[in-house]
Amino acid sequence: MLLSNLPALQVVIPLVSAPVCLLLRNPRHAWACALIISWLVLAMALLLLQQVYTLGTISYAIGAWATPWGIEYRIDMAGALMILIIATVGAVTMPYAWRNIQHELHRKHTGVYYTCYLLCLTGLLGIVVTGDAFNLFVFLEISSLSSYVLISLGPSRRALTAAYQYLVMGTIGATFILIGIGLLYMMTGTLNMQDISQRLPEVADTRTIRVAFAFVTVGVSIKLALFPLHIWLPNAYTYAPSVVSAFMAATATKVGVYVLLRFFFTLFGLQFSFNAMHVGEILMLLAVAAILIASLVAIFQDNVKRMLAYSSVAQIGYIILGISLATTAGVSAGMLHLFNHAMIKGALFMAMGCIFLRLGSVEIHNMHGLARQMPWTMAAFVAGGLSLIGVPLTAGFISKWYLVNAALTDGYWPLAVLILVSSLLALIYIWRVVEAAYFHLPGADMHKVREAPASMLIPTWLLIGVNLYVGLDAGLITNIAQQGAASLLGQALQ
Amino acid sequence: MIGISAVPPGLPLILGALLLPLLGPRARAVLVLGLPLLVLALVWQVPDGTSLRLAFLDYELAPVTGDRLSRLFGTVFAIMAFAGGLFALNRSRVVELVAALTGAGSAIGLTFAGDLFTLIVFWELLALSSTLLVWSAMTDRSYGAGMRYLIIHLLGGVILMAGVIGHVADTGSVVFTAMLPDSPAHWLILAGFLVNAGAPPVSAWLPDAYPEASPTGMVFLSAFTTKSAIYVLLRGFPGAEILIAIGLYMIFYGIVYALLENDMRRILAYSIVNQVGFMICGIGIGTEMALNGTAAHAFTHIIYKALLLMSAGSVLYMTGKRKCTDLGGLFRSMPLTTVCGIIGALSISTFPLTSGFISKSMISQAAADQQMAILWFLLTAGTAGVLLHAGIKFPWFVFFQKDSGLRPPDPPLNMRMAMILFAFLCIALGVWPAPLYAILPYPVDYVPYTYAHVVAKLQLLLFSGLAFFIMLPYLKRTLTITLDWDWFYRWLGPRAIGQATRVVSRWHAHRRIDVLRHLGHLFGTLFLYHGPQGILARTWATGSMVLWVVILLGIYLIAYYY
Repeated sequence: MLLSNLPALQVVIPLVSAPVCLLLRNPRHAWACALIISWLVLAMALLLLQQVYTLGTISYAIGAWATPWGIEYRIDMAGALMILIIATVGAVTMPYAWRNIQHELHRKHTGVYYTCYLLCLTGLLGIVVTGDAFNLFVFLEISSLSSYVLISLGPSRRALTAAYQYLVMGTIGATFILIGIGLLYMMTGTLNMQDISQRLPEVADTRTIRVAFAFVTVGVSIKLALFPLHIWLPNAYTYAPSVVSAFMAATATKVGVYVLLRFFFTLFGLQFSFNAMHVGEILMLLAVAAILIASLVAIFQDNVKRMLAYSSVAQIGYIILGISLATTAGVSAGMLHLFNHAMIKGALFMAMGCIFLRLGSVEIHNMHGLARQMPWTMAAFVAGGLSLIGVPLTAGFISKWYLVNAALTDGYWPLAVLILVSSLLALIYIWRVVEAAYFHLPGADMHKVREAPASMLIPTWLLIGVNLYVGLDAGLITNIAQQGAASLLGQALQ
Repeated sequence: MIGISAVPPGLPLILGALLLPLLGPRARAVLVLGLPLLVLALVWQVPDGTSLRLAFLDYELAPVTGDRLSRLFGTVFAIMAFAGGLFALNRSRVVELVAALTGAGSAIGLTFAGDLFTLIVFWELLALSSTLLVWSAMTDRSYGAGMRYLIIHLLGGVILMAGVIGHVADTGSVVFTAMLPDSPAHWLILAGFLVNAGAPPVSAWLPDAYPEASPTGMVFLSAFTTKSAIYVLLRGFPGAEILIAIGLYMIFYGIVYALLENDMRRILAYSIVNQVGFMICGIGIGTEMALNGTAAHAFTHIIYKALLLMSAGSVLYMTGKRKCTDLGGLFRSMPLTTVCGIIGALSISTFPLTSGFISKSMISQAAADQQMAILWFLLTAGTAGVLLHAGIKFPWFVFFQKDSGLRPPDPPLNMRMAMILFAFLCIALGVWPAPLYAILPYPVDYVPYTYAHVVAKLQLLLFSGLAFFIMLPYLKRTLTITLDWDWFYRWLGPRAIGQATRVVSRWHAHRRIDVLRHLGHLFGTLFLYHGPQGILARTWATGSMVLWVVILLGIYLIAYYY
């Protein structure tokens, strides 16, 4: 009974417990509540993944209303992987959040933080599980509105402008998506994704559908911060509280990519999106620009959180690059990098949170000689950095390997070269931090700095551990990514 | 059941190295000396063929794959790690020992890699640990040199990686077998290998980085990077003819620059390039005799080069001076170091009854067997050149020549023991070559000690030795410039030399400024757009963000509308 209702519980439990956190006056209680819910969500995500792995795609009718009338929740392998990413990052960042939130937020805001975090979690999970286009928009708004609040809670006042800009851009993106969905509804008369995909071919050759496609593409591109619509992202990640940066960098843009995949492959279909609309070529061009330009910008940043934010834009470029190939190999490489990058960036932002806790700054020039004082934090940063660069034996290597292979299989050898060369750009910006922390003489006040508390270090190292494990034994996750890609493309080919 | 034969032989060294910082000095000494011996035992437990298979991605890795060649290199790397560890034992800096043992472990792991993935992992690990080894001298110069070393080797690593990916895409197999330079992927792999061998045009990383390491660090460095490159070339590209030309270039590059050099360890660093050149020639010849000779020469070279560097390192350690012109006459107070240095010098110059004689002559013989007359003459001339720069120049200027007035004693016991061990090996291998010949990759039917060969070699060496001492005034005169630099500086001073310097530097400055202007322009452009205030990096006004959205939507709409 409980197991068969998992798809709904996955979303409902965090949704219902969000107001509870607001009502609990004591921050410790609110934190405990959010912690328990996060872990529960992870447990459910693992059960769901196991169900999908053994039984195949799950279809669940909300309130037992049959699909054309009711809302359908539909989870295939790609969705199960996304849920796993979101739940893992949520469960790992929550124990970390306690010290971080105490340090970076005013006490009266802590309740708001945990509430918004749970709402954001609800929204992100909802986007993934739902099989209904309008429901997707609703969950997108839930996650977006709560993330604007989360970002605005950041310790510096610039967090407010960053959140405001994100709000404007995010709202435009969501509106565009809504317009697209509306146009689709107009032409097909249904909001269920499966139905839309079945009815769409009859009306595909109309201007309305093409316009819908353009609106959706631009709207989703804003949400996933695809170059050149990434401009909201660096400030948002830089000025948000550290734990929010870690959570958002690992999940929010990734879910944006998932929405893109859903629209392109499930709703519009591979045939329409890539053969008729040629979106593959456009995405490839933008992805290449993102990789090169954002990596170069990252090299010149002094604020490490900002540097990591630009690096995220570049890494999203890799993911989109894989998807733009529109082959099973390419899409599965993209999804693999989606997972790996979530683990990498989560860990790196968490390491920066540890540093901010002790140092009060994440500027490179303040980190001179830091490695002596915070050896575990810096070691985590180095390990995460190696994975970001794509050194063998780390997760980053696995996904870059598959990306390069997918590009070579399609004969795009310049892309293969680009991926290898841009790894060197990542090496440069990671190295700037390593050089400051390991090779520069410590400043006068450095001896007062202590190692970060275990409650923050252990979660950081958990994500690093996932990175190293995937680097050694990528079998399971690669399999999941390939099944996910097959599920997306298989539906598209019907 | 995983037996002892499935343990990657390099692994205990790498894991043990990570333990070193946690241990006290006594336990550390046990580990530094014990691990190489353990690894030596493991090396000989590895049977022929693959004894460990791992699944990785869609491929099957073979991290433990043995044959005669890998055991030969594994053996000499383990011996080297032991003697190097013994030599470095009294140094307090743990990071150097960690880096050295990791380097040794990766070099040994490399020699048992049956697939290209494992190869790359150990290859990169070796590059990183060597960089750390250079840095562990903890000087500003070593930081710069280590950084240049790292950049070149990471670039080499990327080239190798690109080649490997291409190779895997072409063939679908990751097995590391003999290749021909016949496709872009294979050319890239060959280039990646050659970067580590110190081949042109990047030979300069070697004499740049190695002499900036500590006296003990350079002993380790000399053995692993270039010789593991020789190993992979032996296995990957036997008989690739382009290697003959590259090897010859390296032989003469090494000789010329070593003759002009004043820093004793830089002389020896150039001499590594020179010796590796002989080996690369051997690989290029590609017959069984040549490959045997290359493998044997790598084996003996590691030992006598380490011995030479230990002797130079002892001098540096005891005196703190590295320039030939500051040294001299040390034989009075450092007799043991002198004797060991001379034994190393005799070996590198291939004197009969030393290890160099029984190995390098196989390469020359292989050239003669293949009727490559010009190559044979050049190799012989190179042999004479080695005697000039490493065989005589190094011991003569450091230990004899004028009396520098320095009276340092011989180095501490552990350093003396390490030198005695390797000096003994140099002589022993020269007198009884049979055990070494028995473990070479191919059956050996070569007798080094024929009457004609010994006489011919002695003639060559004695005459070139004679040439050295006849030319000594000439060599000295060039040296007096360096010796009495301050005299020149004071007397001719700004007028003569200064004028010349100005002319040269003005010309140089123009070129430099040109180059720098271009570089600066490029960097400036990058910075203009990508720097913190650049258009691509600064925070935009919300309005212009939205404008972009509209522009992009417009483009999509217009494109799709029609």
